[in-house]
Amino acid sequence: MAQRRVTVQSEVGLHARPAALFVEAAAKGGSEVTVAKGDGAPVSAKSILAVMSLDVRNGDEIVITADGQDAEALLDRLAEIADAG
Amino acid sequence: MPQTLKGAGVSPGAGYGPAKRLVREIPDPDPDAGHGGDPAAEAERAVGAMEETARDLTDRGEAAGGDAAEVLNAQALMARDPALADDVRKRVEEGASAARAVSEAMAVYRRMLAGAGDYLAARVADLDDVRDRIVARLMGAPVPGIPESDAPFVLVAEDLAPADTAALDPERVVAFVTREGGPTSHTAILARALGLPAVVACPGAETVAEETMVLVDGATGEVALDPDAAAVEAATAASAARAAAAARSTGPGRTADGHAVPLLANIGGPKDLPAALENGAEGVGLYRTEFLFLDRADAPGHDEQVAAYRAVLEAFPGGRVVVRTLDAGADKPLEFLPAGEPEPNPALGERGLRMMRRLPRTLDAQLSALAEAGRDTGAYLQVMAPMVTDVADAEWFAAAAAKTGIQHAGVMIEVPAAALRARHIADHVDFFSIGTNDLTQYTCAADRETAGLGRFQDPWQPAVLDLVAASAASAADAGRSCGVCGEAAADPLLACVLAGLGVTSLSMGAPALPLVRAALARAELAQCRAAAEAARAARSPEAARAAAAERLPGLAELGL
Repeated sequence: MAQRRVTVQSEVGLHARPAALFVEAAAKGGSEVTVAKGDGAPVSAKSILAVMSLDVRNGDEIVITADGQDAEALLDRLAEIADAG
Repeated sequence: MPQTLKGAGVSPGAGYGPAKRLVREIPDPDPDAGHGGDPAAEAERAVGAMEETARDLTDRGEAAGGDAAEVLNAQALMARDPALADDVRKRVEEGASAARAVSEAMAVYRRMLAGAGDYLAARVADLDDVRDRIVARLMGAPVPGIPESDAPFVLVAEDLAPADTAALDPERVVAFVTREGGPTSHTAILARALGLPAVVACPGAETVAEETMVLVDGATGEVALDPDAAAVEAATAASAARAAAAARSTGPGRTADGHAVPLLANIGGPKDLPAALENGAEGVGLYRTEFLFLDRADAPGHDEQVAAYRAVLEAFPGGRVVVRTLDAGADKPLEFLPAGEPEPNPALGERGLRMMRRLPRTLDAQLSALAEAGRDTGAYLQVMAPMVTDVADAEWFAAAAAKTGIQHAGVMIEVPAAALRARHIADHVDFFSIGTNDLTQYTCAADRETAGLGRFQDPWQPAVLDLVAASAASAADAGRSCGVCGEAAADPLLACVLAGLGVTSLSMGAPALPLVRAALARAELAQCRAAAEAARAARSPEAARAAAAERLPGLAELGL
């Protein structure tokens, strides 16, 4: 199991376009992926409704967790999306 | 025998196509609705509808491109959300019908998103739209909003609001039919702007079934359901003949016997100039200047204003350009002006000149910019104030205009008090321009925005015609001009009546110009006067229209 802590730099947080990109990328990986806001409860990173409901805003810290072979590569990609200004 | 409905024709032309209804909401799935007893099959049905909706949204996104594609793509992700699908399956398992399960599962997320405040409000609306689409698919009901179709259709609605029509693709709609509304309602204004036939205030429109073939005559107000081929052909031919006659009409506006009635365009900024010139406008009869002032934190500077006015003046060398000074009010607030007290009824509040009298510096700055733009261009600049009520208003505005070097100051006649006392107001200003939309609203005490008052939102109301006649007569006695710049001028039959009442110029949305020009060319001034007299003698808008049509036989070849 791999895990990553990222501070969200996207101006609109994990809403709108970044949320869609994030969820699409998560769905492409075969692994189980979750995302949590800070130390909150994790939700499926493949669910746009769950991700938006976290209400992650610019400057919030998120914790992304993935399982499986491609876990590291997937986390890189997800962190990159959350990090994009 | 095909059934025919009758409403008010507000935008001439014939339109034929399948009816599609504008639905605002879909019925809430029954809370107790269960399914037939096979949860696996029902869950499959629910998830299938979600996936089909997602694919439909993706296709639409690809077709739309740009920002719309992003929104639609995000909506597709919502429709095929795996967590949502799991929740829906669970609810079906517990006995809920597919539609109910989708509705309840999405309500959970809706509450979470709505809880995040304004920030996510747009996403809540997107989510509601997705829910409606999936539930409509499961219930076999039409999807709310402007109907989506690849083929042209007749849009049938209770009434149309600006929000409904923002998403409207004019290429796909051949005509409008609404049960409510009147000649100055949003539907009518939009239809004329788009050149689409429209019938409003049409009882029975709510009974027209989806996909019924409908023939709409926007001149007579007739809506034929499942008409025979001959009727469709006749109406289409008449409409084509009318379009051809309109296209043939060129040159300045004049009656058949040569009485000049200049035809001018209503514009909202330099962006509207190409359409005005294409349709042969002889000048501008109403230049709405609000566009310069809306949606900005600071007032437009002198040079910016001069440039915007000059752009329009230069388009009509030697022609007339009538500019209306800033028309703001509680319903149209401006960010850079101090907010006034909230008003219970903005239509009767501090708007137009009333507001400028409180903010004279804003008005002076606009008048100075206009004077400068007028000095170095060849157009004949006239400047008028909106919402003038009495002699004191007219005197005040004329003095303000003179002080900044404006040579021709006038007033809009839209308040009945001003129309009734036009003879006194004429002593102080150069010209009148009658705003028939507001004049009708105030004469009949019927808010233009209120659906269901269509009967009163009609400039054919004989009381309105009386006030137009009084204003035009007072102007003539004082040697002043008196134009009309409301929707009334865009109605070809009424345009002839207005000329007969003594109105000296007509200003309208550019697409209406050719047909009005063609109508005037088919009527002699004496016939226009007889039509005006007959209309004023009538006791209802319908009778006034019929009486006028009878005295203008030349318009019959236009199908009017």
